[in-house]
Amino acid sequence: MKVQLENLTKRWGSVVGADHINLEIDDGEFVAFLGPSGCGKTTTLLMVAGIYKPTEGYIKFDDRVVNHLAPKDRNVGMVFQSYALYPHMTVLQNISYPLKLKKVPKEEMKERAQRVADMMGIGHLMDRKPAQLSGGQQQRVALGRALVKEPNLLMFDEPLSNLDARLRLSMRGEIKRLQMELGITSIYVTHDQVEAMTMADRIAVMKEGKLQAYSPPDELYDQPRTFFVAAFVGNPPMNFVDVEVVREDGDYHARREGFDLIVPSDQGEKAVGKGSVIMGIRPEDMTLADEGIAGEIYVVEPLGRDDLIDVRIGGASVYVLADPTLHLKIGDPVKLNFDAPKVQFFDPETEQSLLWTD
Amino acid sequence: MTLRQRIGPAIPYALLVITVLPIVVGYFWLVLNSFSARTEGLLPVGGLALENWSFLRETPFGRGYPSIWRVTLNTFLVAISMTIAVVLVSSLAGYALSRLNFPGRKSFLSLTLILHAFPSVTLLIGIYFVLRTLKLYNTVLGVGLVMIGFELPFGIWLMKGFFDNVSWDMERAALIDGASRLRVWWEIIIPTIKPGIAALAIFAFISGWNAWLIPKTFTIGAGQQATLSVYLENFQGDTVAVQWGTVTAVGLFQLIPVAIFFLFTQDLLLSIYAGGAKGGA
Repeated sequence: MKVQLENLTKRWGSVVGADHINLEIDDGEFVAFLGPSGCGKTTTLLMVAGIYKPTEGYIKFDDRVVNHLAPKDRNVGMVFQSYALYPHMTVLQNISYPLKLKKVPKEEMKERAQRVADMMGIGHLMDRKPAQLSGGQQQRVALGRALVKEPNLLMFDEPLSNLDARLRLSMRGEIKRLQMELGITSIYVTHDQVEAMTMADRIAVMKEGKLQAYSPPDELYDQPRTFFVAAFVGNPPMNFVDVEVVREDGDYHARREGFDLIVPSDQGEKAVGKGSVIMGIRPEDMTLADEGIAGEIYVVEPLGRDDLIDVRIGGASVYVLADPTLHLKIGDPVKLNFDAPKVQFFDPETEQSLLWTD
Repeated sequence: MTLRQRIGPAIPYALLVITVLPIVVGYFWLVLNSFSARTEGLLPVGGLALENWSFLRETPFGRGYPSIWRVTLNTFLVAISMTIAVVLVSSLAGYALSRLNFPGRKSFLSLTLILHAFPSVTLLIGIYFVLRTLKLYNTVLGVGLVMIGFELPFGIWLMKGFFDNVSWDMERAALIDGASRLRVWWEIIIPTIKPGIAALAIFAFISGWNAWLIPKTFTIGAGQQATLSVYLENFQGDTVAVQWGTVTAVGLFQLIPVAIFFLFTQDLLLSIYAGGAKGGA
């Protein structure tokens, strides 16, 4: 099922939950809503589910406006962070509850619930109460309950946040696989950018109720449209340095005190003559080298596979990934080689990208 | 083990025993006295006797007065109707106040709180006129209605607290699963706050069972509409010597259901005071 949000807005008095959200989700697509807490992603999701009434704008399922439909008439399934299982019901009763409400005959109900439970690997736990299950099992029950009625749209509200790291990793893969096999259009709300990047076909980044970007993960990573997106997506996060771009002898230079980097003309010409701009570069796009921009190590943070080192260049500071076998120490002088085609430029006033505007 | 180590842990127990002792002695005397002809202090004089319990067979006030069983039935009717009405109204109103946003919600909430704190004595005369007009004075129904009215603010606040502790997600999940609002309330929310409902039911029952002021005010003496507390009070006339033996026996009789209730429901009652939905997850 195709989902369209048009100017979708939710206000409570003067508090804005979601602010003119426009986006389209294709049939069978897996979309993640990504943003810090309070950014409006859950508000938007609950409007799609029919729990909140939009203040303005439209929600369309397959070109049909569904604003006025009650949640039960939307044929959607939802998985919550808290699992939201019914504590007084057994696993079987939990999973078959949506079918019971649809007045599906008893035999068929049991059969369908069992089939979904088997698919989720919890078929042997049907007589247990939720309190007798582990977190991972409870999450599977919640997922089973959302799937059993064969919804047109599946929604996830931070479903993995309550699980431990290892389980989160395996559930991530399972949900992704399940979604692809069943081909159900899905919205996945998360504040974890790794989850969004690994699972989603497209990511909608939100901040303070506004949609910041809506694009596939690699594009989001390589061509961030706003400063916020660049800063939010990626771990360790992108480095930012205030520079001024000038043109000299046909080359574009990004300059500040103690720092001079020649950037490709594609990027340079968009940032030149704009005064002070924000230059962004990801930690993996710099390497320690014999030649390059000189700096001094301020902190070394071992990450296991890499060392994350904080290098001070004049008054600026950048994080760089380095080989741990180099045994770098605080105070060591280093030289940095920048992968110049990877740099980003942002307008410090509007916080929009100078490179990737339409 | 030094003396200090031995005494240390005993101190809290000693303190508890000292505080509880007067209550235990009181109950002990109550039981003892009801089965004795006479007591001096805590000792029975003239051996044990069952004559104090003769009220079970015949009314002690003579002809025209109701038997103890009639009075017990009255008390039971007041208590049970109070339980049903208070639980039903409180759980609906509590849900609305906890979950729905409607005009006047805030003022309704503070009003119930004020009503809960309101000294009911000050309303007695006003209520008398109301009952009189409605021809409900000196009826079990009238007494029951007034008692329900006085108990509701407390019940509503209590239930609202229990509903507040039920996660929104669970309710949303049920709505998305396809349930109507009323169905969510009945099939999902109510079962998860069962301990709260049970506690309120017991609470309402006991306060109906033990009530004295309102039955006393709105019924006439130990008549056909009397409840146990009023009946009991009738033994303490101004003109006749008080038969303490019978008073204690009737008191004990009235105490039996309450005591049984407490034995079986201590845990639930505790959860009221702890103020949490213990049976939630």
